[in-house]
Amino acid sequence: MYTLEHVSKTYTQSKRRVDALKDVTLTIPSGQLVAIQGPTGGGKSTLLQMLGALDRPSTGSIMLGQSELSHLPDRKLGGIRAKEIGFVFQGFNLIPTLTAQENVETALEPLGVSGEERRRRALEALASVSLADRASHVPGELSGGQQQRVAIARALVKEPEVLLADEPTGNLDEETRDEIMDLLEGLWRDRGLTLVIVTHDSAIAKRAERRLHIKNGTVSER
Amino acid sequence: MFITYLRRELAGRRRQTAIIAIGMALAIALVMIVNSVSSGVRDAQASVLESVYGVGTDLTVSEEPAAPGEGEAAGPGRFEFGADAGTTEGESTEISQSRLTAGFGAATFDQSALETAQDIDGVSAASAALALTNMTFEGELPDFAQRVEGGPSDEFVEGGDTADAPTGGFDGAGGSAFDVNSFSVLGIDPAADAVGPLSSVELDEGRGLEASDAGQAVAVLDASYATSAELAVGDTIDVGGTVFEIVGTVTSTSADAATAANVYIPLDLAQEIAGLDGQVSDIYVQAESADLIDAVQSDLEEALPDATVSTQADLAASVSGSLATASSLIANLGLWLSLAVLAAAFLIAILFTIQGVTRRTREFGTLKAIGWSNRRIVGQVTGESLVQGLIGGAAGLALGLAGIWVVNLIAPTLGGSAGDGAQPGGVLAAGPQGGDGATTGGPFGGRVDTAAATEVVLNAPVTVSVIVIAIGLAVLGGLLAGAIGGWRAARLRPAEALRSVA
Repeated sequence: MYTLEHVSKTYTQSKRRVDALKDVTLTIPSGQLVAIQGPTGGGKSTLLQMLGALDRPSTGSIMLGQSELSHLPDRKLGGIRAKEIGFVFQGFNLIPTLTAQENVETALEPLGVSGEERRRRALEALASVSLADRASHVPGELSGGQQQRVAIARALVKEPEVLLADEPTGNLDEETRDEIMDLLEGLWRDRGLTLVIVTHDSAIAKRAERRLHIKNGTVSER
Repeated sequence: MFITYLRRELAGRRRQTAIIAIGMALAIALVMIVNSVSSGVRDAQASVLESVYGVGTDLTVSEEPAAPGEGEAAGPGRFEFGADAGTTEGESTEISQSRLTAGFGAATFDQSALETAQDIDGVSAASAALALTNMTFEGELPDFAQRVEGGPSDEFVEGGDTADAPTGGFDGAGGSAFDVNSFSVLGIDPAADAVGPLSSVELDEGRGLEASDAGQAVAVLDASYATSAELAVGDTIDVGGTVFEIVGTVTSTSADAATAANVYIPLDLAQEIAGLDGQVSDIYVQAESADLIDAVQSDLEEALPDATVSTQADLAASVSGSLATASSLIANLGLWLSLAVLAAAFLIAILFTIQGVTRRTREFGTLKAIGWSNRRIVGQVTGESLVQGLIGGAAGLALGLAGIWVVNLIAPTLGGSAGDGAQPGGVLAAGPQGGDGATTGGPFGGRVDTAAATEVVLNAPVTVSVIVIAIGLAVLGGLLAGAIGGWRAARLRPAEALRSVA
């Protein structure tokens, strides 16, 4: 469960102060599917980065379970990301020189999983996204939808508590978008994940249990 | 994962890998060739020096020659013949005189300096030598006594002619002919064989000088000189008016070099004949270890303030000819060219690695987002860079070995001679030239500083150090580029790295 209290994030860009998040107080219970919507530059990605322990707030606190993310050192934040949080990005962010299976294995590398175990779990994860037969293909040989499936397999192979998806269907056509959303929704339901999706797409947002709107750094419920 | 990722990255970025490897290979090959040729030139210099100073000589002690005092002759002195000098046969008189002198430019000093040198800490062996030149003046001239006794033949006859035509002399018509010959002589301590000129010779025939030869009129000849002078073991040779028995001939241990002198005789007899009792011109010193050479040099300079103390490094500077040109070329152009190419190769590797890290910002940001530590990412970048360096190193090693092979195939011949002032009073004044037996020393005792002139075939050796340098540079270049690239990757904040694409 996430608990955010009075979270603010301020950047300085070209001597100009940008308040990306303003005094956000929010609770996301475990196992909830949350959609975050809002205009570009409204603070969606910044909020996702705070939830993903990729950045620290300027003020306020973020709790993930019992861990206070705002004050942990980089090394411990890295550990939390490695174990508890899975990421899915709009641009897939696969390593172009590695095969689908090796890309999935990268998520198990920081956990110290042995090579054989890594390969087995990676193949299982690929099978769970219906890509077992594409394990030896590099991203360039896969379609956008297939690449996003590999990215989802990479996020889930470590069995995280939380899955954070930043515009996961933003680069996909409508049909593929629905396939990916069906997949994410199915995994969320089957595994009891906390799933947070940042999206511009209202069709996606409508499928969430809870919809948040963020504008000018301020979060509101819809 | 590390190996898989590394292998895939290098295979996936072949162009970058090839450019870095080629740059490193060229630089490493050049450094190897320069280093190897440099070793070859050093060996050639050592070969020239050993022929003169002997194997194992670390330092030499000599003295700067002083200008002749007022009334002193600058050369070896005058050949003086009395009225009864020479032997007369018929109407001609043959005269001959040998003088053994230190010659022009040679400085001698008291032999007690040897004991001083031997007493210095760190000196394992020392021996003294006296470098001399034997000058022989011989000729044939008319018997003037007979002409005076014949009276009328010298009377002036009207019409501008003598009553009798002149007779005698080399042409039978009253003419004269003279020969001036010289050879170099080295007076050495027959008991001292650890260090000195004779440590770099091997016996050709007969025997060498022994401790019991002190005070004895026995000589050992350079084999080349003996051949050219038509002398052999068992013959005799006139040195400064004393007849010496030739007991042996020697050759240089170096295939390319000649020995230090034409004739070797016991030091005490050399001093006596030359009128230089208790004088020597050179002391050869061997240090207990290479580390002590500088300390021994310093102590010698302090103990013998008037002396010039030279190390092998100093002496190497005295090697002249194309060998010196090659040495200078290697030391200057070769070294700087290698460093410039090496710096360029390292720079290329660093820039490409940084460029690679910049291009892979999203990749590293993603890896950090999924929990990869900075250390793991730095290790990955450094590993990739190191392997690129090693590929370049392997190619450079092959290229360098090929280059060295070509140098050895061409086998350039370098001419070298030692003695340009480094040993002003020394042995160098009078060695055989080029091993052909011709003597040096001017016809009237003039010193010629081209002793031990030698032609040396340059051999560029492939030593362990050359290979270690190649591998070391490859590792260094790879680590340097990897460390800088890795540092850039480590500085990436995951949020910022992802924000650029989010």
